[in-house]
Amino acid sequence: MTTTPTRSPQGAEGLRRSRRSGVGSGLFAGLSVGSGALILVVLAAVAAFLLIQAWPALTSAPATLHESIAWFPDKTSLVSFVGPLVFGTLLAAAIALVIATPIAVGIALFISHYAPRRFAAGLGYLIDLLAAIPSVVYGLWGVRVLVGQNGIGQPIQQVLHDVLGFIPLFAGTPARPARSLFIAGMVLAVMILPIITAVAREVFLQTPRLHEEASLALGATRWEMIRMAVLPFGRSGVVSAAMLGLGRALGETMAVLMILSPGFTYSWHILEAGKQQTIAANIAAQFPEANPLGVNTLIATGLALFVITLAVNMLARWIVSRRAEFSGAN
Amino acid sequence: MAQRIDVKDLNIYYGSFLAVADVTMNIPARSVTAFIGPSGCGKSTFLRTLNRMHEVIPGARVEGSVSVEGVSLYSSDVDPVAVRRQIGMVFQRPNPFPTMSIAENVLAGVRLNNRRMSRSDAADLVEESLTGANLWNEVKDRLDKPGSSLSGGQQQRLCIARAIAVRPQILLMDEPCSALDPISTLAIEDLIQDLKDEYTIVIVTHNMQQAARVSEQTAFFNIEGTGKPGRLIEMDDTRVMFSSPSRKETEDYISGRFG
Repeated sequence: MTTTPTRSPQGAEGLRRSRRSGVGSGLFAGLSVGSGALILVVLAAVAAFLLIQAWPALTSAPATLHESIAWFPDKTSLVSFVGPLVFGTLLAAAIALVIATPIAVGIALFISHYAPRRFAAGLGYLIDLLAAIPSVVYGLWGVRVLVGQNGIGQPIQQVLHDVLGFIPLFAGTPARPARSLFIAGMVLAVMILPIITAVAREVFLQTPRLHEEASLALGATRWEMIRMAVLPFGRSGVVSAAMLGLGRALGETMAVLMILSPGFTYSWHILEAGKQQTIAANIAAQFPEANPLGVNTLIATGLALFVITLAVNMLARWIVSRRAEFSGAN
Repeated sequence: MAQRIDVKDLNIYYGSFLAVADVTMNIPARSVTAFIGPSGCGKSTFLRTLNRMHEVIPGARVEGSVSVEGVSLYSSDVDPVAVRRQIGMVFQRPNPFPTMSIAENVLAGVRLNNRRMSRSDAADLVEESLTGANLWNEVKDRLDKPGSSLSGGQQQRLCIARAIAVRPQILLMDEPCSALDPISTLAIEDLIQDLKDEYTIVIVTHNMQQAARVSEQTAFFNIEGTGKPGRLIEMDDTRVMFSSPSRKETEDYISGRFG
């Protein structure tokens, strides 16, 4: 057999689709379309599961819920039961995000633009390792180091209360031991730090060299260069990174369950104990003891969490797209 | 305003690799000086040492002296950031900041020096710089649109406007027309002619006709082979360089017998 390239003898006949390449690209197209469709199917399946399972609770009268579920509070409808949980979940996630995002952006900038290259790689690796720590270990750490006797959570809370007590958020008696939403939020912040850092770092590293040099050539210092070129370029990426972190914070269960002393109010006092609870931690806490209707009720709260997460993501996309014209993608 | 540049015995390294060796030249003020030569001969690298932009690349360093009006750029008490504010640079590919509007792009450099600027001063400066860059009439109705919405040639003129808005003394241009079509190239060349009354302009170009059209002095760089450093072969008045160069390499390159 010779290995000379085959030439179509008919000239223009060679332009026709060959059967072999058609099979390959057809298979690949099928696979990728299939994977894309699978995502939608899974999402729809989860939504359907939540709706069907929550249906008995959604359609029951408040009195029925109260009668058959031991832990269901008196004189409350399902909505007024879910309300404080949604509030607590959002507040905890917001605290985590407010603490974690600036730190994560700082670390990411340090790794991408300040640290010596060899050191940066090691540091990035260490940050990624934080993501590998199981959440129950974070919970233990929070309980022992922040909450427990002589924990550092109490002095931190006391200082915040003394200095910023005039802000309603930090009013109210700081909890002792520090089983407050603020401490739970701190632990959540450490947990979401790696994902935000990793995504932000990748985005910052992709800042076009051209834009960095443009600002340096105008006489920008390194920090000014970061402000002119890197941060604007990375803006939408940082929002996406924060949303990934927020997604994790909203659904995080174990650490909150172990740290927070739960309560079911719409209280802004994040330093107090027994005021708030998150949806995920509440499900984990009540599920073992729940009867069938109780499970339906918990799944209804899970449905609320699902909706919140979708809404938050859509909001973030909308924020990013508002200035898409200036994003540098064109 | 415009200043002259004197370079003496300059060696440029990337790490331990000698990229450009032993350059000595004097660039007069208020004139256009062109650097020509084959790819990889170090003319862009050399240009970047004139405002200390080459230091941005890790491991890059120089030996020798570059002085502007007698002040050495590489003495230890000179701040590279201050050098770059005095010596503007325009790059090969237009690089307006995509997240800023046209007006913000023009003001980007000025805002670094002088944050508090009244609205009317800023508007005046935008108009003056864009007029100086021959772009005002094309963009005056859409100053708040992103810089990246302009055509390539317009973007490059926007970059020139951004560079001259800080009123530098020297303007370095690194193949400013290589990504542009002939009409935009012509617009930039006209602009260079206008700007040379006020600025010392140094331009790197691959296009020998362009060097002949716009410059008063021409410097020819060459490289002997891969791994060897680039060198300045000769520098003279552009007319002399293109009619009767004194070195054979120059003549070969200019007449297309290179290689």
